[in-house]
Amino acid sequence: MCRRAHVLGLDQVVKLSSTMHAMKVVVCVKQIPDPADPGALDPETRTLKRDVKLILDESDSYGVEMALQLVEAAGEGEVTLVSMAPNNERSGLATALAMGAASATLVSDPALVGTDALTTAKILAATIKDQGADLVIAGSESSDGYTGTVPEQIAAVLDLPSVTAAKSVEVDGSNILVKRQTDAGYDSIICPMPAVISVTAGVVEPRYPSFKGIMAAKSKPVEEKLAADLGFEEDQVGWSGSGQEIVEVAEAPTREAGDIIEDDGEAHVKIVEFLESLKVI
Amino acid sequence: MSTPLGPKAENARDFLATDSLLSEEEIMLRDTVRRYVDKEILPEVGAWFDEGVFPHKEVAKTIGDMGLLGMHLEGYGCAGSSAMMYGLACAELEAGDSGLRSFVSVQGSLAMFPIWAYGSEEHKQEWLPPMAAGDAIGCFGLTEPDSGSDPSSMRTNAKQQPNGDWLLNGTKMWITNGSIADVAVVWARADEGIRGFVVPTNIEGFSAPKIERKVSLRASVTSELILDNVRLPADAVLPGVASMRGPLSCLNEARFGILFGVVGAARACYEAALNYANERIQFGGPISRFQLTQQRLVDFMTAVQQGTLLSYHLGRLKDQGELGPAQVSFGKRQNTRMAIEVAREARSVLGANGITTEYPVIRHMNNLESVYTYEGTNEIHTLIMGQAITGHSAFA
Ligand SMILES: Cc1cc2nc3c(=O)[nH]c(=O)nc-3n(C[C@H](O)[C@H](O)[C@H](O)COP(=O)(O)OP(=O)(O)OC[C@H]3O[C@@H](n4cnc5c(N)ncnc54)[C@H](O)[C@@H]3O)c2cc1C
Ligand SMILES: Cc1cc2nc3c(=O)[nH]c(=O)nc-3n(C[C@H](O)[C@H](O)[C@H](O)COP(=O)(O)OP(=O)(O)OC[C@H]3O[C@@H](n4cnc5c(N)ncnc54)[C@H](O)[C@@H]3O)c2cc1C
Repeated sequence: MCRRAHVLGLDQVVKLSSTMHAMKVVVCVKQIPDPADPGALDPETRTLKRDVKLILDESDSYGVEMALQLVEAAGEGEVTLVSMAPNNERSGLATALAMGAASATLVSDPALVGTDALTTAKILAATIKDQGADLVIAGSESSDGYTGTVPEQIAAVLDLPSVTAAKSVEVDGSNILVKRQTDAGYDSIICPMPAVISVTAGVVEPRYPSFKGIMAAKSKPVEEKLAADLGFEEDQVGWSGSGQEIVEVAEAPTREAGDIIEDDGEAHVKIVEFLESLKVI
Repeated sequence: MSTPLGPKAENARDFLATDSLLSEEEIMLRDTVRRYVDKEILPEVGAWFDEGVFPHKEVAKTIGDMGLLGMHLEGYGCAGSSAMMYGLACAELEAGDSGLRSFVSVQGSLAMFPIWAYGSEEHKQEWLPPMAAGDAIGCFGLTEPDSGSDPSSMRTNAKQQPNGDWLLNGTKMWITNGSIADVAVVWARADEGIRGFVVPTNIEGFSAPKIERKVSLRASVTSELILDNVRLPADAVLPGVASMRGPLSCLNEARFGILFGVVGAARACYEAALNYANERIQFGGPISRFQLTQQRLVDFMTAVQQGTLLSYHLGRLKDQGELGPAQVSFGKRQNTRMAIEVAREARSVLGANGITTEYPVIRHMNNLESVYTYEGTNEIHTLIMGQAITGHSAFA
């Protein structure tokens, strides 16, 4: 997965002197229907209707925050955004711009309706390609689509190393040092830049846009692009370009009542047996 | 956004589409403060209220970073927003808790405003940037044990010494943020009239014991200020004003924030009642299907929407420089009465659950009793408006 990244042994994790240079970070931000008021599935396409006002996916607010912190630590540089969204929607971008990103590219095109995750990644990659980024940051998974595949696909399309589930990132010269969340703890990874990293939710505290940030957001540039501007033919994107098809949407099964173990003095044995059967202990 | 209102969410939240009266930036600021309150205040504030605490350090830092402290003031690290934006922020903060909004009102309108409007350049340089950032907390001492609605009867006095120093003596009462303040703006009687003093709270002779046993505004610090021969340098006095106009102009700023804020509290009560009524099943169905419940819910919604329109109108007038003090009284009096009525009636929609702090309504209801009394009681605003329309003063 990360061809040019490698896991450091513990003894190799030394605090290297950070040489500062201007950081250019591109953050992928998805704009999604408000999860508190998500609207409905379209029964025909089996995808979420996106005709409501979209907001910045909270999963991506962590990426924006991490990018801003990296640029602040470098002392120089900028954070730019890329987003693919229907109807030229930019409310979510506005939030990220108000947090402090400098500019954005918005890909919006009726031809893109029905685009699957891989094609989304290709489109985002085409948008990112010529930006001269040191780092591309995305969320580990979006809150609505939730495939958790787009960041790695972007890395593959751009032929860049990919580090997933980053809980912290530090720049060291031309490398980044990443702590990668694992079940047991974390891996320490060193990886050359440019690279694509995906950020786990909750690892940084996303700032609230300030009044000044909000007022400044409106005058920040948002460049709009169509699929054709990025070199895609109509049949390469949208429904026709999708290699995947959603064949069925089903209600999640309702939770069944659990087993109640009455303590007759042997309850602990039964609990241990149960946990062993689940292979959690 | 926060509270799912069911299938008719749009109608329930903003029946008259009052959002259409706001700019994109105003909506974004409003939504940002709402998100902050939903995420960081609402999950905690019931417990703060129960325990009678307010974690001012964390709160001040975050809202300072957001630019909400002294936000409608220009320069010295203040955000310089419109009055409308300040009002919108107050409404969202008070949808969380009146104590939170009080903290912001006192900091921005009562402590920072007089320094900004009447202070010397040194006062402004020293205090405004850290207060805007939330690193320094301010309070405002006008009311005394024997001087409330009639502040010009105050006894706290300031005597200038031959070397120019000031000697302050007296007691202030019911002072929000008193015990947590780094600086107090204290109003006192001097030979030449009522003067304001910038008092660092670590100075000798100053103490601020907390007032306990409140059943209202519990997530807010209220204190007594004791000034026992507090000696201040000559330049501690606010040079720009020497009359009751000083404190009254501050109150006018804060009352403006309140007339927005209480609409937020009323909205929170209405939405809590609506959600509850949609979920609570009695006689085989949700209580929101009863005509009597619907009448109450529609009354709440109507009152909140009217209060919103009133606040927006007064906000626009203020930004045009055309808002008079008696119009501020109209807003403070009307919207606070509205909010307290909505809160009381909404409380009863929640039945027995309504009397616990598991739900926000009784907390708002109790808080609003303070809001009804401070910043000019309901009666005092009635008299201000009465005088404005008849020409007769009925104060004394
Ligand atoms: C057959 C099919 C049809 C679809 N039709 C539609 C449709 O009509 N409308 C629609 O909106 N979606 C549609 N989708 C979903 C959508 O195009 C992609 O699946 C989605 O954008 C990426 O998948 P995800 O949300 O699971 O991303 P994940 O891989 O879970 O996302 C991880 C991260 O990648 C980045 N990212 C993902 N998507 C975007 C984006 N769009 N812009 C910027 N950054 C992004 C974010 O940083 C995000 O946190 C469809 C999917 C399929 C399979
Ligand atoms: C929680 C809280 C926080 C506060 N924070 C501050 C603060 O930070 N700084 C500060 O200086 N003060 C503060 N106050 C004080 C507040 O402003 C006063 O309580 C208020 O002005 C009323 O004064 P009083 O309580 O002395 O009531 P009184 O003036 O004694 O009034 C008692 C009753 O008599 C009525 N009344 C009085 N005069 C008339 C009249 N002429 N005609 C008809 N009715 C009349 C009043 O309306 C009221 O109903 C705070 C109060 C509370 C409760």
